[in-house]
Amino acid sequence: MLQLENIVKDFGGLRVLDSLSLQVGEGLIFGLIGPNGAGKTTLFNIISGLSRPTAGRVIFNGTDITNFAPPKIAARGMGRTFQNIRIFKELSLLENVLAGMHRLYTYSPAAMLLNLPIQRREEKLMREKAMEILDLFHLAGKAKRQAESLSYGEQRKLELARALATSPKLLLVDEPAAGMNPAETKELMGEIVQINNRGYTICLIEHDMKFVMGVCRQVAVLNFGELIALGTPEQVKCNPLVIEAYLGKDAC
Amino acid sequence: MIEFLMSFWQTYNTLFYTVLVHGMLALSIYITLACGQLSLGNAAFMGIGAYTAALFTMKLNAPFGIALLAGGMLPAFVALIIGAPTLRLSGVYLAMATLGFGEVVRVAFLNMSITGGSVGLNGVPPKTELWHLFLVMGVLIYFFLKLKNSRFGRALEAIREDEVAASVMGIKTTWFKVWAFAIGAFIAGVAGGLNAHFTFFLSPREYGFDFAVDILTFAILGGTGTFWGPLVGSTILTILPEMLRFIGPYRLALNGLILVLVVIYLPNGIITVKKKD
Amino acid sequence: MFLQQFANALALGSVYALFALGFTLIFGVLEVITLAHGAVFMIGAFAGLTVATKFNASPITAILVGMMASGILGWLIDLLAVRPLRKRKFHHLAPMIATIGCATIIISISQGIFGAEVYRFPFDFMPTTSYNFWAIQLTLLQIIIVGVALSLMLIIIFLLNRTKWGKAVRSVAESPRTAALLGIPVERVFQLTAFTASALGGAAGVLTGINFNAIHAFMGGPIMHRGIAVIILGGMGDIRGAVLGGLILGLAEIMSVAYLSSDFRDAISFGLLFIILLVRPAGIFGSNIERKG
Repeated sequence: MLQLENIVKDFGGLRVLDSLSLQVGEGLIFGLIGPNGAGKTTLFNIISGLSRPTAGRVIFNGTDITNFAPPKIAARGMGRTFQNIRIFKELSLLENVLAGMHRLYTYSPAAMLLNLPIQRREEKLMREKAMEILDLFHLAGKAKRQAESLSYGEQRKLELARALATSPKLLLVDEPAAGMNPAETKELMGEIVQINNRGYTICLIEHDMKFVMGVCRQVAVLNFGELIALGTPEQVKCNPLVIEAYLGKDAC
Repeated sequence: MIEFLMSFWQTYNTLFYTVLVHGMLALSIYITLACGQLSLGNAAFMGIGAYTAALFTMKLNAPFGIALLAGGMLPAFVALIIGAPTLRLSGVYLAMATLGFGEVVRVAFLNMSITGGSVGLNGVPPKTELWHLFLVMGVLIYFFLKLKNSRFGRALEAIREDEVAASVMGIKTTWFKVWAFAIGAFIAGVAGGLNAHFTFFLSPREYGFDFAVDILTFAILGGTGTFWGPLVGSTILTILPEMLRFIGPYRLALNGLILVLVVIYLPNGIITVKKKD
Repeated sequence: MFLQQFANALALGSVYALFALGFTLIFGVLEVITLAHGAVFMIGAFAGLTVATKFNASPITAILVGMMASGILGWLIDLLAVRPLRKRKFHHLAPMIATIGCATIIISISQGIFGAEVYRFPFDFMPTTSYNFWAIQLTLLQIIIVGVALSLMLIIIFLLNRTKWGKAVRSVAESPRTAALLGIPVERVFQLTAFTASALGGAAGVLTGINFNAIHAFMGGPIMHRGIAVIILGGMGDIRGAVLGGLILGLAEIMSVAYLSSDFRDAISFGLLFIILLVRPAGIFGSNIERKG
């Protein structure tokens, strides 16, 4: 589904990513881990089009999307969330999710102005779908509330819900469990698995090892912009390079 | 009673027309603010529309509707040209580009013979009637009402809230911003055309930076959370000077003060949109 | 002939550069695009004019007074209109709009006090000597202007790169949050920068007043357009860009007046701006690095 070929990223004299190549297979939950500053979010930025690699290619479902603008990549079925939550704070939860569904609508400006049936039909349909998605994250009850009023953990989930609303084939999730308490984290793990079961491929960045080991089927480990290990969670956590760079002996 | 109303109207009809025109101008800047961009060129767009429409009626004997349409299309076209490279970038760039643009337009008006140069254009035929203004305002209000709960309105809101997040959701942010800017220019141009045909006289000074700041103040005072805000702001700021004649030359200073105070203490303007908390 | 124009352009461009330098400093450090910089420039010019007229001050004194007046004004603008916005999260356009408000207030009040007329320096305020080198005629005036402008710019660059304070300013410019963690008094840096950058604007104001022997309440407008074009040309927040951009714009304007027509002069800055936005929006020295925190 996603192929990264020799991705290199230089940032003002610093090489942030170095000859990174990896593949994310369809239907997987793929984990991307590594110490802070390893380049994980930068990689996400490159994949989703927010940043251009200095060299290398990003191939998504057979198409070279390396130089595509973010909306174009999103239109091809990629969704993402951000490390520092970027929900639309002043909008309601429902509006956040509906905004996410933008590319699923088809009605034209003319239809909007003339109140054509297609517009009313689509709005109704999308609202129902949006509520379904919110329900998946146990947020349906707060649909009309302003997004800002949610707790931190709920805001993270809203962002995930919104990304899901774009009906992506691949979902890039950046530290979804950051700042969550154990109960919320457990709930989130269940939600992620549920989403995956519905057919969405997920690539996630996380520091919470229980989370990663619990849901990911493949894990890639980054350190100083290089791929130092790739394999199942079991394989990776006992890899000496990984132990030294990041996890420590106790993980194995 | 009837006599009172009639004499009231005779004195204040121009003010009433102006309130409506200013409302349209406020809406023209609102649509760009609604997606997080700041246009300081709407006074210039109004000027372009005014001169274009006036020249259409005066030199080409065009019907009023056509003249107004032309008065809207030309600014919109120019907006597309300026907007396309500028709106790929953040909202401050449009502010800076339109600042310079407004100046270029003013200089152009001053130097072109077709616009009458510094003397301006005199003798614009009195074509605007109340129903024209009501009609256009009505259409605009309808447009904004429809926009509010549509996918397009939501896209604009998303862009305003967080452009980066909006872009990764598939919203073509640049496209929307350019269109909003062009539509705003169109509205400002039509407002200019309408205004020209009841003030009868156009001078380049009227469409300069000072007025662009006025328009911005209309929108900011009223609040940019919803399109009603700018309408309220423009009404207040149009009627107020009439009542505060004594302020005279310091009217602009008052505008500036309002801008600063509102931005700091009342960031949502007068009309706030509250969602259930 | 070309060389002569080049010399004229240097005088014009160095003042543009000085103005843009202050403007870009405020952007780089406070992350604010202050559209009040032109008004600050104008007030500096009037301050210089006032001491020249009322107290028979020398040009250098006038410049210093102008710088002081502008510095204080800029500091006040920051204190009253921009600092309140720093205290809480604001929409990215809010500071800019606040500075528009400030500019409007300042210009409107100035117009009320000074009227719309053009003021001139006292008769013998400026030297009228000129020198001839090969094919060029340079007036002492131009030499002084370029000298002062370049000196001020070099001083600032020196201060930024070689002193402790300069280092603090550069740290804040890169990341206020990190700077605060390192113990740097961020708020004081902001205020100092606002003062200093505005003082540079005031110097540019007096120099411009001297160059054209014309000071009026609306002189802030045209320079503001130039300043914007310069920092976009040079790269927002980049000091080298401000200096180089100022010189380039000065040259472009002089050349267009000499070889095209003087009508286009005011439009040159916008034309340049537009081309840059089309071709390389980051400017000469700019890059797309996002500031962290």
